[in-house]
Order: sequence, then C-alpha cells, then structure tokens
Amino acid sequence: MYNSPYLRQNTSVRRVMGTVMVAMLPAITVQVWLFGPALIAQLAIASLTALACEAVMLGLRGRPVAPALTDLSALVTAWLIAVCLPPLLPWWATVLGTSFALIIGKHLYGGLGQNPFNPAMLAYALLIVSFPALMSQWPGLQSADAATQFGWVFGGERVVDGMTGATPLDALRTGLLTGGDVGAVMQSPAFGHVAGAGWEWVALAWAAGGLLLLALRIITWHIPVAFIGAMALVSAIGWLIDPTQFASPAFHLLAGGTLMGAFFIATDPVSGATTPRGKLVFAAGIALIAWLIRAFGAYPDGIAFAVLLMNICVPLIDMKTQPPVFGHKKGDAP
Amino acid sequence: MLRQLFSFNGGVKPDPNKGASTREPIARLPLPPQLIIPLHQHIGGTPRPLVKAGDRVLHGQRIGAADGNVSSAVHAPTSGTVVAVEPRLMPHASGLSAMAVVIEPDGLDLRVEREPFDWHAATPGEVRDHLRDAGVVGLGGAVFPSHLKLSAGKAGSTDTLVINGAECEPFITCDDMLMRSEPLDILRGAQVMKTLLAAKQVLVGIEDNKPEAAAALKAAAAELGDPALDIVVVPTRYPAGGAKQLIRVLTGIEVPHGQRSTDYGVQCFNVATALAVWNALERGEPLTRRIVTVAGNVERPRNFDVAIGTPIGFVFEHAGLKPDTDKLIMGGPMMGVPLPGVEAPVVKATNCLLASSPALFPPPEPEMPCIRCGECARACPADLQPFELYWHSRSRNFGRAQEYHLFDCIECGCCAYVCPSHIPLVDYYRYAKSEIWARERDKDAADSARERFEFRNWRAEREKEEKAARLAARSAAKPVAKTAEVADTATSPADAQAATPAVTDPKKALIEAAMARARAQKEAAAAKNTDALTPDQQAQVDAAEARRKRAADLVAEKQAATAGETATVSPDAPAPSPAEPGDGAR
Repeated sequence: MYNSPYLRQNTSVRRVMGTVMVAMLPAITVQVWLFGPALIAQLAIASLTALACEAVMLGLRGRPVAPALTDLSALVTAWLIAVCLPPLLPWWATVLGTSFALIIGKHLYGGLGQNPFNPAMLAYALLIVSFPALMSQWPGLQSADAATQFGWVFGGERVVDGMTGATPLDALRTGLLTGGDVGAVMQSPAFGHVAGAGWEWVALAWAAGGLLLLALRIITWHIPVAFIGAMALVSAIGWLIDPTQFASPAFHLLAGGTLMGAFFIATDPVSGATTPRGKLVFAAGIALIAWLIRAFGAYPDGIAFAVLLMNICVPLIDMKTQPPVFGHKKGDAP
Repeated sequence: MLRQLFSFNGGVKPDPNKGASTREPIARLPLPPQLIIPLHQHIGGTPRPLVKAGDRVLHGQRIGAADGNVSSAVHAPTSGTVVAVEPRLMPHASGLSAMAVVIEPDGLDLRVEREPFDWHAATPGEVRDHLRDAGVVGLGGAVFPSHLKLSAGKAGSTDTLVINGAECEPFITCDDMLMRSEPLDILRGAQVMKTLLAAKQVLVGIEDNKPEAAAALKAAAAELGDPALDIVVVPTRYPAGGAKQLIRVLTGIEVPHGQRSTDYGVQCFNVATALAVWNALERGEPLTRRIVTVAGNVERPRNFDVAIGTPIGFVFEHAGLKPDTDKLIMGGPMMGVPLPGVEAPVVKATNCLLASSPALFPPPEPEMPCIRCGECARACPADLQPFELYWHSRSRNFGRAQEYHLFDCIECGCCAYVCPSHIPLVDYYRYAKSEIWARERDKDAADSARERFEFRNWRAEREKEEKAARLAARSAAKPVAKTAEVADTATSPADAQAATPAVTDPKKALIEAAMARARAQKEAAAAKNTDALTPDQQAQVDAAEARRKRAADLVAEKQAATAGETATVSPDAPAPSPAEPGDGAR
C-alpha cells in the first residue's frame, strides 16, 4: 500500500550521480591529454577501493548492499578523489585516502546523505597532511610515456627531478617565499598565459562540465556564482593592494581547484548548505578561506581545508537562512 | 484584455493526460439499484438524518439537515424508499464507515416542487441559509460549506472573486467539460457570488491546456456583457489550481496558512460550485449530482453526470474497468486517496475516479537515503524546505517540523514527485501532522483533567476553610475550654490558621494543637521506617501499633460524637491523622 502522489518523475539517485560522472569526463580527458594516462590508473584504483569499502561497510552495518552499491555515489566520491590527487601518487596512498573517505567520512557517519564533511576533501586533506612531498609531485606536461607513469603508480622507481614539477600554486608560493615577486615567478615555464601551463585548460574543462550540471538542473547557480565571484573579489582586493605579492584574480580563478571546487566540490548537496541564501554564504566562505590559505597559509591550495571548515558551519548557515514561506513574506500582511 | 499575471515558486509539470476523457461529452449515468448517501460529505458538523428506514423520499427531498451553521444539508437524488440509515463504507483511505441514508430508487424520479429562490429580494443571510439547506459545498475537492464563504471580509467588501477553473491535476477533466457545456450558468452563479461578496471583479482562472473551456467561457462572458467578469488563461503548472496558488497567480496576493482569503480581499470558488449556487437559487435545485471524471485504466474514459450516492463500482462498470487494475483512486494521481472498496459511494468531493494499473502508476522504487539535493525545495509551491520537514518528521522531532512550517504544507505531492531518492515525503508529513494532532488531543485531555483536579482541590480547600471559619466563629462565642475540640476537627495547621483571622485566643490554641499533631505524625512516620527488626524491636513496634489502634478508635468515637455539631467533613479532604496518646490537645 502506498499513497499519493502516484505519479513520479523519472529520476533517481543513480541518474543524478551518473550525470555528475558524465560531467567530469571533459576535465578527466583534458587532464589525461596533458599529464598522461596515470590518472586513468588512479581512477581505477579509487573506484575499486570505494566499491570494496562501500560493500564491506554496508555489510557490517547490516544494510542492503546491492541498491546502495549501484547508486554510483561511491564512484562519484572515488572519481573526485582521483582527479584531485597527483596522477603519479603511489597506489597505496590512493587506496588509503579513498578508504578513509568512504569508511570514516561516509559510513561511520551513517552512510549516504549523512556525512557532514565532503568525503573527497577529507581524503585530500588526510593525504596532503600525511604525505606533503608525494602530494606535490605533479607530472610535467607530456613528461613520460604510459609505461613509466603506470610504473610509478604501482611502485616503480621514482626519479623525482626529471618527471615532476610543482603545481603553479606551489611554484608561486615557493617563489614568493624565496623573495621573488609575482611577475618574476610567473616567468618560469610552469606558468601559461594566466595560470599554470596546461592547468588553464583543465580548469576550463571543469567549468564546461559544471555548465552541463547547471543546464541539467543537477546544481543551481548559487554556489558556482558565489564561489567564483567571491574568489575574484578577494583576490582582486589583494592584487590591487600589492600586485607583486598577490596573484591576479584571473590566476586564482584558473589555478588549482577553483573551478573544480566551484562546480563539483562545493556543490556536494549532502555536506553543503541547502537554502538559496545559505549556498551563497557557504560558497563565498569557501572562496575566502581558500584564498587566505593560498596567500598566507602553509599549503599551496586551500580549497580542501576551506570546504571542510565551511562544512562545519552548514547547520548554522542553513538554520539562519531559511527562505520565507508562502504567505509569510515581508509585506504580505493584509 | 491583457492582465498582469504573477507566479508562485515551485510546482511541477507532469503529463496532463487529459485527452482521453475529453473526447466524448458528459454522459448522464443511470441510477444504480441502491444509492448510499453519506450524511457527512463536507467540512463541519454531521447533518441530522431526517428520514428513517421505510420512508418514501422524493427527488430533491432533504434527508439530512445541517447541524448548526458550519454544516450543510444532504438530499435524495431521486425518489424511492429508504431501506436503511446505517454506517456504510466511506470513500476514504481509512476504510472507516459512517452514517449514510440508503435509498432504493423507484424509477419514477418524482420531484419535490422546485421553488426558485428570489435571491434579489432576500437578505444575504437568507441567501446563505438557503444555500446551506440546498447542500452547496465546494466541489473542487475541499467540500467546505459554500454559504460560509459568501460573506464579505473585515473590510465589508471583497476586491476580487476568483473562480477556479484551473483544474491542474493530471487526468481530471470534470471542470473542463463542465465549463465547455455550462459556461453561461457558471458565470451567472459567479455573478450571484459577486453580489453576495460585494466583489469588484470576478476573475475566472483557467490553465492554458483547456482552450475550449476558455473559449466557451469567454463567449459566455461576452454574452452576459458584465465588465467585472474576466476570463484569465494562466500557465499550466501543477498546482496552479490550488486556491492559494491561483489567487497568487491572478492577484499577486499570498494568503498565509490559517488565514481567510477574504481578509486579503479575495475569495475563491470552484467553477462547479458557482454552477451549484446558480442551480440552488435560480432553479431551486439542491446539490444531488456532480460531474465525475472516470479515467486511468478503463476502457472508456469519460466524464459522467453522477447521482451522489452512486456506488463507485457501478460508475466503473460503465467505464469498463480493465482487468489489470490494481487500485482505485478518488481524485487525481497527485493528491488522490486510495479507495477502500467499490461499495463506497460517490460523494460531493468526488471529482475523479481513477483506476490504477502497475503500468500506469508503477509502484515506487525502493526508498533511498535523502541526499539533500534540494529538488523538493525547488518544487515546493509553499516555499517550504521539504527535506528538512522529512528529517524532523522521520526523527519524530515534531516541534522542529512545526518550526519549519509543517502545517503550511498543502500535501500537493510535488516534493515526492521530483525526489530522486523516491522518498514518500508526503506520507512523512501526513504522519507528523496526525502525530501532532494526536498529541494535542492528549494534551488537551490532560489539561482538562488537571484543571478538574485543581478545581476539586481548590473546592476541598475552600470547603475546609469555610468550615473552619464557621467553627472558629462559634468557638469564639463559647468558653475557652471548648477550643480543644475545635482543634480536633480542624484538619490541617494551615486551615486552622487561615480560619480565625479575628480571634486571638482560640487561634493560639489551634496552632498549639496543630503543632503537637505534626510532631506526633513525624514520630509515627519515623517509627514506621524500620527494616530488619530484632525481636525486641518488633515487640516494641507491635506495642506501639496497638497503642495507635486504640488511639485511632478513640478518635473515631470522638468524631462520631462530634459529628452532630460539626459540619460534614468533605470526603475529598484528607482524613484527620490518628493522634498519638499524649497528644497535647487531649
């Protein structure tokens, strides 16, 4: 026996998650094109780990395994982790991060829909705190053939100097710390037109996928707009105050995880704010904290920590930003 | 005329599915062998039955009289014999029965004399009484007695009368077909309502997927030539036909939950109700029939003009129920209620009878966890946060659910329609609402019980005080030696103190007596609280008990002796404590 409504839209969690995975494909393709096929190995490792953790945890929690395993939510988490990590990261680090995200970040909080923290950012934060050196070794553009790359991932000999380079954010930070100014640092080959060489295209591919999510109504405009707007604003303020010490807004928007964060990370509905105004506050808060970490913090990119910090604030933000209910809006009194 | 339209947030656009039942005109359904006419078919009091088994009734005869003003009459839809007045199965999800008049038609269809009501000459109050006695209630589904809505609001006049022909729910086409076939009389009924409400304008709202109905009404409006009448085509979006949503679309006004729209200068009626008003006043015809859409999993989907009381199974027979039907629904697929059986009758609220099959309305997929995607919030026409209501209802945190405006939910089903996790959200709200109502009932019951208890205590106190006051007054006039006896009959130190504000000497004696009793009580209580006694101690205790018993006997004797001269002790009041030997007063 079930009650009205008897009509239901043809939609499902699986469809939502599947759409997100499709929207990630442009960025994954560009990243593989630019940095080599190691990312595919990372995606596979993370996916298998996530599915295994999901199945084991569901079993331990006495929940039906099949429906949850096929809802694709674990795979979305796995993919988001894999694309954040340096493609040449050893396999065990990816396994560690992914299982941490799934077991601690998701299932110990009650599984899908219950996790207060973004699981992918938990994994990233764990790995960058635990293995800062490994996490900064990004392959250079077209730096190695597939066999060498896979060799690295699966425990081959690591020859750091030849093959890897710092990310643009890392290079900028190191350059500034060693006394350079923004203009001089950005002359180095790690940088492209406005941000990192190649990285600009990855960022734009994330934006393309994000626009697809917007068009398909998987996400609303609030979080990307507030995120990008706030990042542009705070970085413009810094840049206008001292352009030798603070990079331009264009750099901040196209470097690191800004666009990916704006469209794919901060928009995680489970751990993010849900009200329209709350989404604006939430996303602007992430952008502000991320920029502060980039400009003044100890880590090159701060999206992960910013997201986790703002995740903590979500219950408060949601509570304080409840939209007015029909008939209770201002000026409605007779 | 172009009119500025407003919009409400949210809403969904399911497939209207209105084509199948609008191909053929409305058909008049024959009378069934037996009509089951429930007495209670509307919001408000249950009508009193006016007939009993064996009575002959005529078409249009009142068989149930409105119980007070918030009620409405019911009538026989044809002539025949009352075979029973008894509880029958109702078209309600609960499957409960309620009182109904069962009539066997005689096939003659003899009418009571139809008397048109001269509403121009009557006072508004008389018109409303007439509508109440003609059984006119809202036919859009809410079945609220119409006469109660036909008086102007606080301002003394109404700005806008909204006539609801939106009919937003899929499959339902009864209003559409009625607007096509009776546009003139609908608008005439609306004009009567306009007069009663002293309304400045009448807006008839029709969704843009009903062009024929809109054209028919526009032609009728042109014929009537009333400049106050405006036929307004509104965008098709469920639930645009919700009264509050349609008022919003047409006037921009949002009427909050729990408030009367008349206080905002608006009133809203369904098109069929407008016609029922016209029939009741101009033709003297009470409400005994209505248009019912029969749709879904049937051979011949169509609108029928059905006598109220016709068993639902009889209606479906005429439409040809398909064999794979798994469920019958009264209303549409978004808000309809599952029917408990085909014996239940068509009532005034029955706008649609929908047959469901697994192919038409597949059972919902398994419920998944909420991922807080917010689709429901975007679809909610009441601007609620349905997933928050869901969390709080699910965790039985009903206070929080109310803070998130649970009772502003109109149960339109948009949230559940869009939910990717297939959560039956509306069921959670229904559950939370009924739990809250049940708790309020319990609380009311507890409150009144507590009030009764407190009143009883207060009365007992008052009686004791009055008695003590009387005794003290008497004892003041008697010799001081008598005061000991007075002290004995007073039941507590407080009473004794309060009793004699003016008399000093007896008061002192009373206080002494009371204090002595209190001491004795304390000792007695201490002596009783002993476990694991030695034989010696046990012997002592036994001796003490014996003494106590003697003392108690003594007190009883004494009381019997004094009963004649003292007022009766209230049976509710605590009995005087047995005094120990050596009680100071003795």
